[in-house]
Amino acid sequence: MNRPTMLDLRWLLLSLTLVMALHVSHLASWVSALIVAFGAWRYYIAAKRWELPSLWILLPITLLGSLGIMITYHGLFGRDASVALLALMLALKLMETRDLRDYMLLVFAGFFLTITAFLFNQSIVVGAFIVLPTVGLIGTLVGVSHPNGSLSWRFQSKLAGLLLAQGIPVMLALFFLFPRIPGPLWGVPQDAYRSMSGLSDHMEPGNISQLTLSGATAFRVQFNGAVPASNHLYWRGPVLWHFDGRAWRMSSQRLGIARESLSTVGAPTLYSVTLEPHNRNWLLMLDIPTTLPTEAVLSHDMQVLSREPVRTRIRYEGSSHFEYKLATTLSDRERELALQINDDENPKSQALAKEWARTAKSPDEIIQNALTMFRQQNFAYTLSPPLLSQQNPIDDFLFNSKRGFCEHYASSFTYLMRAAGLPARVVTGYQGGEVNPVGNYLIVRQSDAHAWSEVWLTGRGWVRVDPTAAVSPLRIESGIESALPQSDVTPLLARKDYPFLRKLYLNWDAMNNGWNQWVLGYDQQRQMDLLSRLTGSDLTWQDMVIALMVTVALFGLVISYFLLRDKRLKIDPLQRLYIEFLRKLERSGLKRQSHEGPQDFGKRAVQRLPAQASAIQQITEAYARLRYRSEASSQALGNFKHLVRTFRI
Amino acid sequence: MATTLKLPDWKQWLRTARPDNAPAVLSRRHIYILPTRYGLLYGVVLIGMLVGSINYTLSLGFVMTFLLAGVGNTAMLHAWRNLAYLTVESRRIEPVFAGEDAVFEVVVTDTKQRPRYAITAHFDGQPLVYTDIQALGQSILKLSLPTRKRGWLKAGRITFSTEFPLVLFHVWSYVQLDCRCLVYPHPAINQLPVPPSPDEGRAGKLASASGDDDFSGHRSYQFGDSPRRVDWKASSREQGMFTKQFQGEAQNSLWLDWSLTPGVDAEQRIRQLTRWVVDAHTNRQSYGLRLPSQELAPNTSEAHYRLCLQTLALLDMK
Repeated sequence: MNRPTMLDLRWLLLSLTLVMALHVSHLASWVSALIVAFGAWRYYIAAKRWELPSLWILLPITLLGSLGIMITYHGLFGRDASVALLALMLALKLMETRDLRDYMLLVFAGFFLTITAFLFNQSIVVGAFIVLPTVGLIGTLVGVSHPNGSLSWRFQSKLAGLLLAQGIPVMLALFFLFPRIPGPLWGVPQDAYRSMSGLSDHMEPGNISQLTLSGATAFRVQFNGAVPASNHLYWRGPVLWHFDGRAWRMSSQRLGIARESLSTVGAPTLYSVTLEPHNRNWLLMLDIPTTLPTEAVLSHDMQVLSREPVRTRIRYEGSSHFEYKLATTLSDRERELALQINDDENPKSQALAKEWARTAKSPDEIIQNALTMFRQQNFAYTLSPPLLSQQNPIDDFLFNSKRGFCEHYASSFTYLMRAAGLPARVVTGYQGGEVNPVGNYLIVRQSDAHAWSEVWLTGRGWVRVDPTAAVSPLRIESGIESALPQSDVTPLLARKDYPFLRKLYLNWDAMNNGWNQWVLGYDQQRQMDLLSRLTGSDLTWQDMVIALMVTVALFGLVISYFLLRDKRLKIDPLQRLYIEFLRKLERSGLKRQSHEGPQDFGKRAVQRLPAQASAIQQITEAYARLRYRSEASSQALGNFKHLVRTFRI
Repeated sequence: MATTLKLPDWKQWLRTARPDNAPAVLSRRHIYILPTRYGLLYGVVLIGMLVGSINYTLSLGFVMTFLLAGVGNTAMLHAWRNLAYLTVESRRIEPVFAGEDAVFEVVVTDTKQRPRYAITAHFDGQPLVYTDIQALGQSILKLSLPTRKRGWLKAGRITFSTEFPLVLFHVWSYVQLDCRCLVYPHPAINQLPVPPSPDEGRAGKLASASGDDDFSGHRSYQFGDSPRRVDWKASSREQGMFTKQFQGEAQNSLWLDWSLTPGVDAEQRIRQLTRWVVDAHTNRQSYGLRLPSQELAPNTSEAHYRLCLQTLALLDMK
């Protein structure tokens, strides 16, 4: 049958290049280079009218390529390796692309490869970009469906764009109404979530400050009501009990410790959080969470945890109280955990704490002693602290370097409290966030990661103490960007200089937020909510399927109508006036036969209606003149109109 | 005992458009549409993409999958409208000799003010012919049908089809045009000489028609010309096929008589007469045709030539 031409090959290569452009950022560079080389080779062969390479050349290349991918990606079955393999095989298939069948297969594979790009990135930019490869691939199909490839590229792209545009209504109906099944249906490759960042389950010097360098969004929060004051915005994450001399770790959930008692005062703050995936279980909530999202569990130390690691962007609602009393009593087991330190470490710190414990009249005074020390002894808040000694890091920090980030302060403060005999623990999470006036929601970034302490006091329970606030009150009041010296590197967009850029950024973030909420976060829950709100009643999935079919059929009908209806013949004003003249004659019983030209009919009309002879002649002549001698002008047309309108029988 | 059940071709039950005193219209009742194998593959790819999107919760994957589903849906409508409401009528059909391909000229016209692309047409079992048609324009397709027997050859069923714009759907329609092609008998190949002219009694002169003494020029080769008159030298120079023409012949009327043809097989005798008619016409001789049932007076005109051939083509030997 029809054999694709050079023009078709150009279309195919161009659209596959666009598909590959989506993948360049995560393919190993040798894979990208090899793919480009294949594309160029194929084009060169076509331009020179050479034979395509034989299987004996392609087969070793295929095997070598697969081997290379296996080595680069340590296997063939992970996400990255599969996509790289698919891309490479597609390029190889190009080398034996001859007839219609090969073209069709490549175009379909191109569609599939496009969709795999979403495993890596589903941003607005990528979403907008896929229009290009899609139009290209559809345009390629248009080209190969025409036997001699004589279509112009303009027509091809226009038709492809038109087909795509006309597909949008059906797409929207399916997108909003197709019943969403919560995935995954089967296991997903281990490396599918590798790139996610967030809080870790332990804290050691350096890992929070590392996180702070990332400008990525951790989560976004929409409050029911005003955004609370910045010093209330402590987003509770992992609670760390166990200290091994260097790192703080979580207590095991299997210890079987009873949930801490909680009593609250005042009105709750309600909010919904859209959490970016971080491949861990914790759901960030304000201190102290009182209503949990459905499907979440609360640990004994008030961490909100999901059952599965958060691997997709999720949205949850909850409420918190700012005034609370947590754990009025402490069990022996808890007390033991909260006082645990190694006796043979950090002698200077231990001595100092013991001294405070001996002289202080109340536990409050011990806390104040520590905070006063941080405040008065020239401690500095910086993202780039010096390395601490391996042996006695707390001593080294408190008595020597005195330069650190929140994790240093939280760690050393908690250590001092424990040494002084006060049960204490470290809480990590996020502090603050930025209100986006566009859309009125709070953006919390990875750079807002923070660590603080909780000290247990008799009668008051666990009390939050943030030693960083003592060193750098600005950190808590105005956010990290004001607290750090200018010389420290923070993400560009976390800084407050460049107001115009910032405004642009906030608008962009608001758009992203909408995108996340309505496009990426559109799941079963949202779907049900939306449809229930639209119809005002609860819907089952059966209703949804019916609604889906009706809507798709309806859209189909509308599109069919516009595509298949007859175009009305365009009648110019001259024609319309002449028809008006014919109608007038028709009323007197004189009808023009289909074979009669205007002149012949004019003669017959004159014979039949001698009284109007001159008028009929005038009109017929004027019509012939205007019609056939192209003497049409608006004035001549006006005269003709006058003749027809004044014609009476 | 093994029985083989031969299923009838299901396509024979499909409706065929026929002209009804007017051009045949491929109206919606006559249009059929099915996905091509690529269309089915497209569906499979889309299902794969959907499953992938569900598994990895790829919202944009859903968008892409559903968009392509929408495109497939629109492509179906586009394919349908690309073929629907074309009108088809036949044009003049030139007679041919048996063994040649009869060429049916079919005029396809758009009446719906939309350009049509990659419309194919073919007789059953014959190669496809492609055309594009402009909005309100028309296109002439030359569909050929092999001939074997002399007589009238009725045009078979024509299949019009298109897979434009995306090769995902095959749209087709059948048309049975009310037209036929006259097939002349195949001229006999053996070189039995044209019989002598009884009027002159000068046998030999024409019997040795090879004594073509007065070469008068060339004309382009026509089917049926005697191979002996072909200028083989010219054709070996790849200048094309030419037939030599001679003067000094055809001064006298020939009677091409049924009774002079040898053999008992009527078809063979008709073919021999055809050969003589062709040769005599080529030689610009005046010739008449005498058949058992009728007689055509000698003449040299083109019309006479055609009448003779037609008579031979339609000669009823029952």
